[in-house]
Amino acid sequence: MGNEIKILSPCGMLGYGFPEESFLRGMKEEPHGIVVDAGSTDAGPHKLGAGVSIVSRRAAKKDLTIILENGIPKKIPIIIGSAGGAGAQVHVDWTMDIIEEVLEEMGLRAKIAIVWADIPNDLVMEANQQGRIKPLSPNIPSLNEEVILETNGIVAQMGHEPILEALQKKADIIVCGRAYDPSPFAAIGIFHGKDPGLSYHLGKILECGALCAEPGTTKDSILGIIGETSFKVKSLNPKRSCTSISVAAHTFYEKEHPYILHGPGFTLNLEQCEFKELADGVVEVSNSKYIPAEQHFIKLEGARKVAYRTFVLAGIRDPILLENVEDIEKRVKQQVSDYYDEIPSNDYKVNFYNYGMNAVLGDKEKEVFRGHEIGVVIEVIAKDQELANSICATARSTFLHFAHEKRKSTAGNLAFPFAPSDIEFGPVYEFSVYHLMEIEDNPFRIEYR
Amino acid sequence: MEKLFDIAKVLRSKNSGPFELTMDILFDSAEKYQRVKNSNKITTEMICSLYNIPESDIRHIVFFDPAMGIKITILREVSSGTIGDRDVYGAQQHAPLMNILID
Repeated sequence: MGNEIKILSPCGMLGYGFPEESFLRGMKEEPHGIVVDAGSTDAGPHKLGAGVSIVSRRAAKKDLTIILENGIPKKIPIIIGSAGGAGAQVHVDWTMDIIEEVLEEMGLRAKIAIVWADIPNDLVMEANQQGRIKPLSPNIPSLNEEVILETNGIVAQMGHEPILEALQKKADIIVCGRAYDPSPFAAIGIFHGKDPGLSYHLGKILECGALCAEPGTTKDSILGIIGETSFKVKSLNPKRSCTSISVAAHTFYEKEHPYILHGPGFTLNLEQCEFKELADGVVEVSNSKYIPAEQHFIKLEGARKVAYRTFVLAGIRDPILLENVEDIEKRVKQQVSDYYDEIPSNDYKVNFYNYGMNAVLGDKEKEVFRGHEIGVVIEVIAKDQELANSICATARSTFLHFAHEKRKSTAGNLAFPFAPSDIEFGPVYEFSVYHLMEIEDNPFRIEYR
Repeated sequence: MEKLFDIAKVLRSKNSGPFELTMDILFDSAEKYQRVKNSNKITTEMICSLYNIPESDIRHIVFFDPAMGIKITILREVSSGTIGDRDVYGAQQHAPLMNILID
């Protein structure tokens, strides 16, 4: 096939918003697919663990309305990757509910394919017993029965294969559970017979929207064009343009290696890539290589609840207190544990984050503190919410009235910006499953509606 | 001598997955990139000292000529977004690199 295949990426995350003019400029190019990523592990394990989304329903609906009202009448396939933030069943259901509402409001009909990415815990358990699961990096503990049982909703990152199947079945809208971010984009290129290396590399560039342009943003549209031996990336907003540096830089973005990218069932080798700036602010990329894997592994993701949190935010301006704040915090902790001597020390933990003074880098900070005020977050982690609330209240009042040496401000040590001061945060999660599982059969079930 | 921050076009950090942290140093000219690459200042020893980590915590230090960029990937002490994490997106961990002096 000698024709060019065009893919419109409205924005870096469904619900982040984009200028409608940019999107419509993309529509004028008559794209072969509109693809938008909707998920990420960036915001931590909470989305997957608690089954909530990253963006608001209102924002997701706003973006979906523009995409569906333009794409459906023109029969352009619309693909949503990692629906609802984390791509588990609850996230896909949330997305489907919005899609159905928009279709109904607009009087549109569409054939919808849902690619589920949930992996039942007992399958993971079995694979683990058979030694088919390994951690992704050395700082990830091996899986055991307890962790698997405690993990909420395990998902796997899909490749392009099930999406391709849905395209072949002529679905108008394909809603994917958890997907490797570039896969839904790559599926369009591969469906039209294009090179999988180019298709996946382009997918990697497009999945963040216009972040690969300059000035970069995830809140604007971008167009990808795949030819025979190269692909092009083109900004759809005259305020931005793609440069060879901006596109090459984006190839680096949030990956562990600059040119070896591991995906489901393959490795992308970009070592020999060339980034060429064409005259009109369009960048052309060639030599992206797709190397199929001998064994097929999928990446599993799962989160479990590890504790409950309550925190309080306060400011400190008193210079005498500031001078000794770290020592005072240690003593506050001690007083709290002395007061609650009936509670086992393993049941809770008090942490201080002194914003303005080493809060971000912690022990690794080498810069000397020079400020005149700091913000303190007193965080209490406990095995249940009631305990977290109680310990936090005690830690807060202890700190507020702590009688440190040289103190003249005997009325109180902390400036609270809010009343009430303590914030009950709810459960805290961790990524308990972040492993590769060797598979033989495709675990991604497709449902058509 | 000039600071790395002043020579680089982009100097950033981000998670690469919840268990790793990746730092990108990118340049807008081959000359600047080569100057930093040839200075031999971006080394395992330098990163271990700046981040106070053992060598085993370093995943990659890669110089990628076609993109005129350097990538450093290290293991996270605590996985993203759980108890004790101070930077969920890992987006503010690049700062210690800024003051590396380049000949």
